[in-house]
Amino acid sequence: MAKIVGDIVIDVEKCKGCGVCVTGCPQDVLILGKEVNAKGYNFVVKQNNKCIGCANCAMICPDAVITVYRAKIEE
Amino acid sequence: MHYCPGCGHGTTHRLVAEVIDEMGIQDKTIGIAPVGCAVLAYNYFDVDMQEAAHGRAPALATAVKRLMPEKFVFTYQGDGDLAAIGTAETVHAINRGEKFVIIFINNGIYGMTGGQMAPTTLEGMPTSTSPYGRELDLMGNPLKITELVANLPGAYFVTRQSVHTPANVRKAKKAIKQAFENQAKGHGTSFVEIVSNCNSGWKLTPIKANEWMEQNMFPFYPLGDIKVDGKLVK
Amino acid sequence: MMKELRLMKGNEALAEAAIRYGADGYFGYPITPQSEVIEYLMAERPERRTGMVVLQAESEVAAINMVYGGAACGKRVMTSSSSPGVSLKMEGVSYIAGAELPCLVANIQRGGPGLGTIQPSQADYFQATKGGGHGDYRMIVLAPASVQEMSDFVSLGFDLAFKYRNPAMILSDGVIGQMMEKVELQPQRARRTEEEIIQECPWATTGKPATRGHNIITSLELDPGRQEKFNLKLQKKYKEIERNEVRYEEINCDDADYILVAFGSSARICQKAMDIARAEGIKVGLLRPITLWPFPYKPIKTLAQHAKGFLVVELNAGQMIEDVQLAVAEKVKVEHFGRYGGIIPAPGEVLEALKSKVIGG
Repeated sequence: MAKIVGDIVIDVEKCKGCGVCVTGCPQDVLILGKEVNAKGYNFVVKQNNKCIGCANCAMICPDAVITVYRAKIEE
Repeated sequence: MHYCPGCGHGTTHRLVAEVIDEMGIQDKTIGIAPVGCAVLAYNYFDVDMQEAAHGRAPALATAVKRLMPEKFVFTYQGDGDLAAIGTAETVHAINRGEKFVIIFINNGIYGMTGGQMAPTTLEGMPTSTSPYGRELDLMGNPLKITELVANLPGAYFVTRQSVHTPANVRKAKKAIKQAFENQAKGHGTSFVEIVSNCNSGWKLTPIKANEWMEQNMFPFYPLGDIKVDGKLVK
Repeated sequence: MMKELRLMKGNEALAEAAIRYGADGYFGYPITPQSEVIEYLMAERPERRTGMVVLQAESEVAAINMVYGGAACGKRVMTSSSSPGVSLKMEGVSYIAGAELPCLVANIQRGGPGLGTIQPSQADYFQATKGGGHGDYRMIVLAPASVQEMSDFVSLGFDLAFKYRNPAMILSDGVIGQMMEKVELQPQRARRTEEEIIQECPWATTGKPATRGHNIITSLELDPGRQEKFNLKLQKKYKEIERNEVRYEEINCDDADYILVAFGSSARICQKAMDIARAEGIKVGLLRPITLWPFPYKPIKTLAQHAKGFLVVELNAGQMIEDVQLAVAEKVKVEHFGRYGGIIPAPGEVLEALKSKVIGG
C-alpha cells in the first residue's frame, strides 16, 4: 500500500509567529518555538515528523513562510 | 509584507496573485491599491499597479477598464476605503456594471490609522473612536455594503468569504478565481468580500482574533455566495 | 487643404478639439456653465468617431479619479467642470501632480464662493495657480480669451502635460465657454496605439511584460528623506517649465504709458477699453498672460521700466494683481479693478477705473 509522507521547510526569517498554522495542522506538527528571528518573532518550528503533506499550514500562512513537500512511498 | 502577524491581508494577497498566475494574465493585469492597511499592496503584486486616493479605486478602475477593455483590472480595498469614503464610487461603478473585480477586506475597523470605528464595526464593538462600544443611536448601524451592492443590476457575482482556516482559504480562492474568470467573459462587476481579522485593532492574539471573528463577525456577516451569474441566491 | 471653419460655443469647441486631438477619454459631471462640453461629446458619439471613451461620472470627485486612472495608463484623458466642481477635483489633481501624471482639466469659472452664481467669474485664479489641492505642486494653467483658443489650448494643454508629466488646466470662464465665435478646427489626429503609448510613456501601467519590472503609479512615500528628494525633483521640473513655457500677448505696449494686465474674458474687455483710451489720446497697452502659471513676470518687469502705471483687471477681488505686483516690485503704481459674483464690466468702466485709480490717482 502506498503511503503519503510530507515534510515542510520553514523560512524562519519571514515568520511573524502568528501561530495560525499551528491551529491549521491536523497532525500537531507545528509549534511556536522559544527562539526569536531577526524581527523578534517566536517563529514556528516542527515538533514531530508526522507531516502528511496536506499543505494546510502553507495555505493559511499569511506570509508564505512554509514550503510543503510531499512524496508517495510504496510499502 | 508589512502586515501584522496573522493578518488576512497576506493570505488574500497570495490568493489573488495565485489566480493571476494560474490564469496566465500577469502581463495584462492592472491592480488598484487603496488607502488603508493595503496601501502598499502595489509593492507586493508583480503586476502594474496604481495607488488610488482614499475610496477612489473603483473610479480609477472604471477608466482603466474602459480605456483598455482587453486588460484584467482589480481593486483591492478595505472597509473604510470601500464602504465609507468611497461608497459613492463603489455603488456607482457596480451599478454601471463595470467589468472588473473588487476584492473587499472587511475587518470592521480602521487598521492603518490605529483602530478607529469603521462603517462595518459591529454593534457594541469597542474601537478607539467608539471606546465604549459602537452605540447605534449615537454612531449609526454597521453597513452591510455587500448585501447592498448585490442588489444592483450591474453586480454579476457577489460573495463573502474568509481566509482564517484552510477550508475557507480554498473556498476564497475559488471565489477569487471565479471573479477573474467572470471578467474574462466580459460579465459585470465581481465583488469578493473577505471577512478578516484585525489582531492589532481588536487587541487580540491572531488565534483569539480568528475565534472572535467566528463568534461575532460571521453571525452578522454570514459567509457564502450572495449573487451568482447575475442572480441573487441569498 | 481648406480651412475648416465653424461657428461654435467655447465649450463645444473645447469638446470638438478633444476628439480631434485624439484624446482617449473624457470623464465629466454636469455643472453650469460648462455642461455643453459633455453634452456635445455625448451627442457626437466619439466612441464611433475615434474610439474615445466618454463617461458621465457620479461626481466630480469620481471624474477626476477616472482621469487619474486613465492618465496612469498613459492615455490622453481630460475632465472639465466649473468652480464648485473644480474644488471637488482638487484632491485628485494633487494626487495626479504627486504621481506625475499628464492630464487636462478645464475650469469654466463661475461666481463664488460656495455655490455662488452661474455667471462668469475669474475668482479661481489663486486655486489654479497657487495650488488648490494640498502639497507643493504646480499646474500648467492656460487662459483662453476666445473660442479659437478654447479649441487650440486642448492640444497645447495635452502637449505640455505629456512633455512634463504634469496636470494642465484650461482656466476659462462662463463668457468664453458660452459665447459663440468662428473657430478654425484642427484636423483629426489618430489616437495613439498601445505600442505608441508604451513607447511614449514607458512608466505607464499598460500591463507588465516579462521584459520589465512592474510599473507603479503612486504619490505615496513613507520615508521623509525620499519624499524631500521627490519634492526637489518636482521643483526642478517646475523651474524648467517656468523657463520654457511662459506665454503672453502684448498689444500696443511699446509706446504705452499705462498697461492693462488681464487674462481671458477680461482681456477682451480691456482690448476695447484700450481702443477707446487710444482714441482719447491716452497711450494704453494690454498685456495678456496666456499661461497664468508659469506667469509672465519678466515681460511685466520690463514694461515697468517705462510705463507710468498698471491696472490689473480681473473678474475677482484682486488675485492676479499679486503676481503683477511681484513683477513690478513697486517701481510704479499697480491698481486693481474687478467686478465680482458674475458681473461683467463694460469697457467704459475699465477706462474710468484706469483714469481714477492710475492716471489721476
